[in-house]
Amino acid sequence: MLEVSRLTTRYGAISALRDADLHVGSGEVVGLIGPNGAGKTTLLGSIAGLLSPAAGSVTFDGTDITGNSPEKLLRLGVALVPEHRRIFGDLTVEENLKIGGITQSRDERAELLHEMGERFPVLREKRTVAAGYLSGGESQQLAIARALMSKPRLLMMDEPSLGLAPVLVDVVFELIETLRSQGRTLLVVEQNATRMLEVADRAYVLRSGEVVAEGTGAELRERADLFDTFVGGNGQ
Amino acid sequence: MTELLQNLIDGLGRGSIYALLALGVAVIFGVMHLLNFAHGELITVSGYVAFWTISEGWSWYLVTPIIIGTAIVTSLVIERVAFSRVRGSSDFTLLLTSFGVHFVVSAIFLLYVSASVKTFSRPRWVTNTYSIGSLHIEVFDTVVIGVTLVTLLATSWLVQRTMFGLALRAAAADFDTARLMGVRSDTVIRGAFALSGLLAGIAGVFWLMRAGNTVPSAGIAPMLKGVLAALIGGLGSLRGAVLGGFVLGLAEVLLRSRLPDSVASLTEGFVFLLIALLFIFRPQGLIRVAHAERV
Repeated sequence: MLEVSRLTTRYGAISALRDADLHVGSGEVVGLIGPNGAGKTTLLGSIAGLLSPAAGSVTFDGTDITGNSPEKLLRLGVALVPEHRRIFGDLTVEENLKIGGITQSRDERAELLHEMGERFPVLREKRTVAAGYLSGGESQQLAIARALMSKPRLLMMDEPSLGLAPVLVDVVFELIETLRSQGRTLLVVEQNATRMLEVADRAYVLRSGEVVAEGTGAELRERADLFDTFVGGNGQ
Repeated sequence: MTELLQNLIDGLGRGSIYALLALGVAVIFGVMHLLNFAHGELITVSGYVAFWTISEGWSWYLVTPIIIGTAIVTSLVIERVAFSRVRGSSDFTLLLTSFGVHFVVSAIFLLYVSASVKTFSRPRWVTNTYSIGSLHIEVFDTVVIGVTLVTLLATSWLVQRTMFGLALRAAAADFDTARLMGVRSDTVIRGAFALSGLLAGIAGVFWLMRAGNTVPSAGIAPMLKGVLAALIGGLGSLRGAVLGGFVLGLAEVLLRSRLPDSVASLTEGFVFLLIALLFIFRPQGLIRVAHAERV
């Protein structure tokens, strides 16, 4: 479904990502793990059109989408839940969701809104509240629900568990499990490598802008050498 | 008391036009972080269109929609020709570009039309007044205030209740994330310029009805009023811009009527002094915008 080939992205003279190869099949849950500054966010940003790659290519369902704008990619079915959630704090919860569904027809949007209300009761409860007042866990749910409003075929998430209390981290991973059981295709960046490897079909390990390992969750869990270098065991 | 009430009405009339101008400036600043020093050029261009059509004998009823249309089209053309090329550049680049547009537009009229003042007839009712008790109210002010109220309500509906308005607010808060949600940057930016042009067009009709003339540099005064009012209100806040417009209008009227005759001609200077004082004590303007600085 998604094919990333020799992707390189630079900030000025610094290559934040070098020759990255990656692929995600339909219905797969793929993890991207690695230490801070490994280029994980850069990789997602380059796929989603937030950053312009200097070299390499990204194909989605056989179409070359390298360097496409985020709004175009969203219409093709690629959605990103950005790092730090980036909720519109001044807009209400419902308005945030509506923006997520801006590409849908009015009826479709109403239906999706209803669906999100069922799946995330707390969002329905607080639909008229300014999203800036939500707790960390609530706003993470909103960020994911907002992305789901576009009916994405590939959903990318950047650090969905970052900054959440342990019990909320569980909620996020349960949600990933749920999405996976619905047959959704996910590409998830996570610091919490241990947890990610439990839910992922496959994962890639990034370090210093390069993909240094790839394998199934089970395979990578046994590569103690990789873990020691960046998570000191478990990423908390 | 009567005098104060009189000032209030005069100030509201004047402030209405400033509010429309400031709202146009604030809409653009919100989505693009562009402080548009070319905003007044919409009125310069509209002014010449008014001059050409009215000297052909066209009535103001016909010219009014033409002026508004001209302002919208001019706004979109300026976006296309100038601002679309510097999208995403630093705020400073955008600011300089807007200065450039201002100079180019006035230069075009200076070179290809004339440097002299072009006058055109004003609608007859502009100078009419009526009295309520001891208050003398201009028909013009009444129309201005009424039309402005309707325009502000319609704009508020557009911004608060439509998907376009939602996209505009989302883009103003966080442009990249809005795009990730599928908000088309072209749609939002062109929409903002069209809205800004519409508001400037309505303000322009009143401005030109009152002035009855135009020159190549005619855009400077309305631009200054719009930009200042938007700054007073707290840049980026739409409500603030409207408030800033009314505050500026009232301040001008109050100063002009209260200052001793010998210094009344310095009203503008006193207004600037007040604005300077405002920024010393409240640099964020009257209404603070939490997300004014995009990362």
